[in-house]
Amino acid sequence: MSVEVTGRPPGTDDPESSSAPSTGTRRRRSVKKGTGRLAAILVSPTLIVLGLVVAYPILSALHESLFRARDDLDAQGFVIEGDVFVGARNFTDILFGPEAERFWNAFWNTTFFTVTTVALETVLGVAMALVMHRALRGRAFVRASILVPWAVPTAVSALMWRWIFAPDGIANLALGRQILWSADAVAAKVAVITAEVWKTAPFVGLLVLAGLQLIPQEVHEAARVDGASGWSRFWRITLPLIKPALLVAVLFRMLDALRMFDLPFVLIGQQKDSVETLSMLAWTEATNIQFGPAAAYATIMFAYVALVAFAFVKMLGADVIGDARTSVRRKRSAPAGKEAAR
Amino acid sequence: MRPRRVTALLSALLATVLVAGCGGAAADGSEENGRGPITLAQGKDPSGVMPGIVAEWNRQHPDQPVDLIELPESPDMQRQAMVQNAQLKSDAFTVLDLDVVWNAEFAAHRWIDELPAERYNLDEMLPTTVETGMYRGRLYSVPNSSDGALLFYRKDLLDKVGAAPPTTWDELKRICAQVRDIPANADIGCYAGQLEKTEGGTANVAEVINSAGGEIIDDNGQPRVNSPQARSGLGFLVDGFREGLIPREALTFKEEEGRRAFVDGKLLFHRQWPYQWSTLAEDPSMKGKFAVAPLPGRDGPGTSSLGGHNLAVSKFGKNKATARDFIGFATSERQQRQNTLVGSKAPTYTRLYDDPALRQEAPYLPVLRQSILGAEPRPQVVRYPEVTAAIQDTSYAAMTGEISTKEALEELQRRLERLVQQ
Repeated sequence: MSVEVTGRPPGTDDPESSSAPSTGTRRRRSVKKGTGRLAAILVSPTLIVLGLVVAYPILSALHESLFRARDDLDAQGFVIEGDVFVGARNFTDILFGPEAERFWNAFWNTTFFTVTTVALETVLGVAMALVMHRALRGRAFVRASILVPWAVPTAVSALMWRWIFAPDGIANLALGRQILWSADAVAAKVAVITAEVWKTAPFVGLLVLAGLQLIPQEVHEAARVDGASGWSRFWRITLPLIKPALLVAVLFRMLDALRMFDLPFVLIGQQKDSVETLSMLAWTEATNIQFGPAAAYATIMFAYVALVAFAFVKMLGADVIGDARTSVRRKRSAPAGKEAAR
Repeated sequence: MRPRRVTALLSALLATVLVAGCGGAAADGSEENGRGPITLAQGKDPSGVMPGIVAEWNRQHPDQPVDLIELPESPDMQRQAMVQNAQLKSDAFTVLDLDVVWNAEFAAHRWIDELPAERYNLDEMLPTTVETGMYRGRLYSVPNSSDGALLFYRKDLLDKVGAAPPTTWDELKRICAQVRDIPANADIGCYAGQLEKTEGGTANVAEVINSAGGEIIDDNGQPRVNSPQARSGLGFLVDGFREGLIPREALTFKEEEGRRAFVDGKLLFHRQWPYQWSTLAEDPSMKGKFAVAPLPGRDGPGTSSLGGHNLAVSKFGKNKATARDFIGFATSERQQRQNTLVGSKAPTYTRLYDDPALRQEAPYLPVLRQSILGAEPRPQVVRYPEVTAAIQDTSYAAMTGEISTKEALEELQRRLERLVQQ
């Protein structure tokens, strides 16, 4: 790419990070000691809340996943109460045991849906953003109508699509043949992908539109003067400039798609192999009061989502947390980096 | 489980406070015999029968009022609400309106109390319905309504070819072929039930297996589904799809989709619960066009799956004496008569099936009685939700042609053996 673009507008670089002498760092450290305590006091409520709403549920799910409810019966036919510690058996059962086939099927479904829907949403979302950005007459109307699907609750849109994909529904009427969308393996996948893309492409469009509106008009004008075609202007100017916004949108969509639940659940139904996702497996186990295996499924899903997010941020450099993190990191590594450079 | 411990601790604390506050009012007796306000948790009741019963009880017992709690319409959600209530040991629900298939699970987990059988008129009820409230020989829930499948058929078309309703599957096929020979009906579907992956699917599959002399779980609680009889039973559905006897879209039929197809003239025979009677009777376009018969089987009359609802007392509820009294009141013959008249529910009292006034109102009662008397309960197992899922998974895969009937039943047998270890 010929244009070097970062997520930051020019001129906000921390002057200290690029030119601070080593004495500056020392001074700051001594200042830190005094303010450190205050900082800790100020930050601690946030940390406590985070601990309660994030750390506790995760740890308690992990703990739960090591146990299993006893399901054997006593002589009178009553279930013996209490949980037994089974160690990693819930996990090994899921990954290699008799239910492994079901797990891997759900795992591939989840991955497949994530890849296909996010790819389609990205392309469509960018197209929608360009339209929304361009539309001059009835701009508000165009934007509102594009955003409607995103405003509809997922379960409601799933119900709507279920009517469309019914055996005697509009989809089959339009295609002129009878496809059993909720029964047929491939057709069910297509139905889910269609409904999901319809619903969430506007979200990508919205974020990309925000990115588009930050691009100064002069850049395009300069390129036009230089004789760049429409396509090359899009490819070399627009796309790189909206990259930060686009990456955030794609990351959010990926994390969302990885825990897809309500759409296939309502649109196609329970226990349909072709569309069963990891969240649905966890839900099924939980409603069957098998909380240990349910927690194990949820933990595996959590690890998978975390891994994907981490890999995505690392590989594509999506700056999700924002400038704060990068500037902190640069401050920290700047002196060492300079030493090495010399 | 930690939350449970916390709740237990809290309720213990609360109990201490209450006992101290009341000055030992509860000392005489156990809460077992307590009387006072109670709640009744049941799914949404479109017929509006239960509110009437509750109102009448409240008029007669102003000091022990019953509060009706309406749960969601979907059976899964109802079960979930009740299971959660039990997990939390909450006293929010006192009387539970259970689907008959939940009885074993709730009893085995001690979520519901054993009931004194002699206090209810069980002798006057159809024995098959009483069986649904029993677990290991003890009564845990009292039948309040029953349900059995009926074969709805297009009377006008059968009259045209001069056929009586079929008693076997072969007859059904033959009659259908005759009807299809009439050019106007060449495309009609022969048969459908509720074959989508829902509880209805389980009932339908259990029916064809039982109707061919097979069984899913035997009397000793052991899975016995990998048998020639079960194969020919499930084969009726699987081959039905392959031979075009059952229209392919029947794979997506739940109760209402099938009803629409029948009303639209796309089905000759429709296996359906009796509730369809009143909707069809009110439909002017169906006037004189339909009638009901018992389900056909392989070599003779078929076996219906047994449906219905029972009333049970939550273990964690308060004022259980009132709860037991109310169950007696709500399941009495008088109330069930009302249920049948107003809500077209199937009664559990034998006598009501011969009641002339009821017969006038619900002409299908004799056929329904026959259906219920011959009906088999679906597997009475503790891990019913997983058992029903296994039945749906394997049979559905066979019906879509993914695996053969033989493979489906072998797989089902394997899965059931894992789920039913006692």
